[in-house]
Amino acid sequence: MSGTLLVLAVFLACAVEAVEALTIVLAAGLTRGWSSPLIGVGSALAVLAVIVAIFGPAIGHVPLNLLRLLVGALLLIFGLQWLRKAILRASGHKALHDEAAIYQRQASAAQTAARHRRAFVTDWYAFTLAFKGVLLEGLEVAFIVVTFGANQGHLAAACLGAALAVILVTIVGVLLKKPLARVPENTMKFVVGVLLTSFGTFWASEGAGADWPGADRALLVIIPGYLLVSLLFIALLRKRQPATSAPDLGPSRTEVTS
Amino acid sequence: MTAAINRFLRFWWDFLIGDDWTVAVGVVLTLTVTALLAAAGIPAWWLPPAAVVLLLGRSLRGETRRDR
Repeated sequence: MSGTLLVLAVFLACAVEAVEALTIVLAAGLTRGWSSPLIGVGSALAVLAVIVAIFGPAIGHVPLNLLRLLVGALLLIFGLQWLRKAILRASGHKALHDEAAIYQRQASAAQTAARHRRAFVTDWYAFTLAFKGVLLEGLEVAFIVVTFGANQGHLAAACLGAALAVILVTIVGVLLKKPLARVPENTMKFVVGVLLTSFGTFWASEGAGADWPGADRALLVIIPGYLLVSLLFIALLRKRQPATSAPDLGPSRTEVTS
Repeated sequence: MTAAINRFLRFWWDFLIGDDWTVAVGVVLTLTVTALLAAAGIPAWWLPPAAVVLLLGRSLRGETRRDR
């Protein structure tokens, strides 16, 4: 049961991040040519693979309870970030993530940027844009893959979930050649937030020494419980009048400034 | 050099802690109390989910108050 949920959580998280990375790569590729952005994508994926290959097996050697406490706590904090933002978006207190608007802004910036050659890269700006986009979006997925995989002892299954999402988003992106604005990204982020918070709560509590009634089956209560509470928060916050939100053009850490 | 270190630390702060650091502190405190209760033989499984709901509610309330 928890193995299936693990793959689902990793798949959804990875699909969301892949959609965001695709927007940045498309903005670089369609405006400045494909060779440098593709080198950037390949380099970023290689770095991410190394991170997972090093940290995945390494944290598997940490004693299970300590691992669950540390990783569960991090996952819980991380999941609450996702869930908090998703609730604020769903209730109208934060603007929805808009891939089409993000694409327009990135493409405009890419059209006006100067072209410089460095080493084997003919267009450094396009390379950097794609590299940073894929690496920064992928870091969150690498974190989720490593923590979920190590805790459950299913690193391969977690990698499979991530790989399937990347392949699917890439195929659709290549066919459409435009940002995947119609993907229900905000809903997916909400679901991922609920799953990360649930697994984080479960593992961190176990790591702290608490015994869950029903062991793994407790997740069948925690997940719907958090879902219900989150929907309740959304309903309550919708009644409050939000200020006008500026469009959410993506996290600033994916911005390329040089 | 200092700017690069600051950017590096800022990235990891944003990545791990996010917009509301009180949530992270609340999680750490909750798990500490959970560990103390469990070590004393008192059932503690109920504490983290209850704390998560309270922390999330408090954080959302704070954010929407700033909005208004």
